[in-house]
Amino acid sequence: MSEISPAMLQNVPRPAAPSAFSNALVFGWRAILKFKHVPEQLFDLVMTPLMFTLLFTFVFGGALAGSPGEYLQFFLPGILVQTVVFNSVYSGMGLSTDLSKGLFERFRSLPIWSLSPFAGLMVGDVLRHVIAGGIILGIGLALGYRPEAGISGVFFSFLLLIAIGFGTGWIFLVLGLLIRTPMTVMTIGFTFIFPLVFASNIMVRPETMPGWLRVFVENNPVSHMTTALRGLMAGSATAGEVLLALAAPVALTIVLSPVVLWLYRRD
Amino acid sequence: MNDTVLTNRPVTAQKAAPPAISVRGLVKHFGDVKALDGIDLNVPRGMIFAILGPNGAGKTTLIRVLATLLSPDAGSADVMGHDLVSHPQAVRGAIAMTGQFASLDEDLTGRENLLMLARLWGFAGRAAKQRADELLAAFDLSDAAKKQVKSYSGGMRRRLDIAASLIVTPGILFLDEPTTGLDPKARQGVWRMIRQLAQSGVTVLLTTQYLEEADQLAARIAVIDHGKKIAEGTSRELKAEIGSGFLHVALADQARLDEAEAILEARLGNTVQRSAEGAQLSVVAETPRAANEALAALIAAGIELADFSMGSPSLDEVFFALTGQGLEDENEGEDE
Repeated sequence: MSEISPAMLQNVPRPAAPSAFSNALVFGWRAILKFKHVPEQLFDLVMTPLMFTLLFTFVFGGALAGSPGEYLQFFLPGILVQTVVFNSVYSGMGLSTDLSKGLFERFRSLPIWSLSPFAGLMVGDVLRHVIAGGIILGIGLALGYRPEAGISGVFFSFLLLIAIGFGTGWIFLVLGLLIRTPMTVMTIGFTFIFPLVFASNIMVRPETMPGWLRVFVENNPVSHMTTALRGLMAGSATAGEVLLALAAPVALTIVLSPVVLWLYRRD
Repeated sequence: MNDTVLTNRPVTAQKAAPPAISVRGLVKHFGDVKALDGIDLNVPRGMIFAILGPNGAGKTTLIRVLATLLSPDAGSADVMGHDLVSHPQAVRGAIAMTGQFASLDEDLTGRENLLMLARLWGFAGRAAKQRADELLAAFDLSDAAKKQVKSYSGGMRRRLDIAASLIVTPGILFLDEPTTGLDPKARQGVWRMIRQLAQSGVTVLLTTQYLEEADQLAARIAVIDHGKKIAEGTSRELKAEIGSGFLHVALADQARLDEAEAILEARLGNTVQRSAEGAQLSVVAETPRAANEALAALIAAGIELADFSMGSPSLDEVFFALTGQGLEDENEGEDE
């Protein structure tokens, strides 16, 4: 091992303390590096929604909607919602991994804005949502899906998707802070998410369901998100639909962000 | 070697400044377990200070409290002149912490890890890159700079982890068991690094389970057990208290242990300890000559030796000498 030069250690002039924003940017940069070094995570992100898209469109599409093409037109906005909701599980897993490896110990002992690591996780999430959503939309377009509202419809849909991902992300940040085994975070996460995603209007219209289930489906926040996203893509969304879709993400953010802070700062 | 470490920092130069760490009556509970039970500690600036104790003694808890990762339940502490509880952010600006397990991002390269931390400290653009490269070179990691940390060996991780704590020169560097799990060569390397850091004026507070490590590195040693400080002093003072050298004897014939114990006790005037397995006797011998005479007495009594050695006391023996109890009954269950 080489000798450490004492002069080198002593003569480091301390830089001025960075702003909270620049701290957050550093963590965002870290999230982007993760994509570079662990590109296989994209495979995880895209495989499930891709299989769902192909399976439902070609196997069930004809039976459910008359033809695969017609079903795809109905299903694609929903699968985008499902993709984002599923993906938010990964941010909880990432946090749990970081915590279990002691990396956050160092972050917590640094004189930085204490929420900046989370801001970085959020940047990573948004990127994940946009990349995975973009891939699924691209495949949909190749299979014949056509958003009636064109590019602006797609743009506003993606803004809504990011908001949905941001809101649901809090649930998994809480789980990530509570549970130090990434696999357990995933298992518990999917246990919550599966009923919400399947008992919704993502795959089928609720009209044929039994009455009690219809009540659940029609009040399921995932259904509201899907309805709004279909509307945005088709150019027929009402402000009310969009607000209903945003209700759950906003409520989750308001309720869970202080919980995340508290869990992070507690011993 | 010890002498150079003992005197590596003239205390007079720091007269006006408050001590690096001053701790009064620190208490930390985890449920029913008192991890810290009223610790008092004064660490002067510019020295290597070792916290010595077995697993579960409260070493890691102490360091985590001092690094603002845990808040104390009672008591108070100043770190580099800043109160721990009321000014944690000022404390964080003055310290660096290298935990027991490498706190690095395994997916990133070594250089990216250092770049990330340099930017978090406020180095921008080229300055951050320059700082990262300087540290990589200083810690002999330039060749591995562009490799992901997950491919690093244990020794490389430790080096990178310590380098990551030196982005800006800290007032105090906390090292929690810096050499646990390293092979002897890597351990020597880390020791050399720690000495050099101390020579450049950094106060180092390290925890260790190894008496030898504390002895080799530290100007002062505090021995803690069950969350309490049970002794403190220079290595020389502690050894004087415990007894400078230990004579270890193993018998060829186990049946004569009692007899051998009686002879050693009579000759050396100190209590004889039996090792946990009962095969070895250990006793303080004030001088090599006294040890020699005791061995001669055993041979004269016809007791055949399988092995004998003179050495520093083990941690077990230190605890026996300080508390009158061995370690074996307290290793159960509680782990840090």
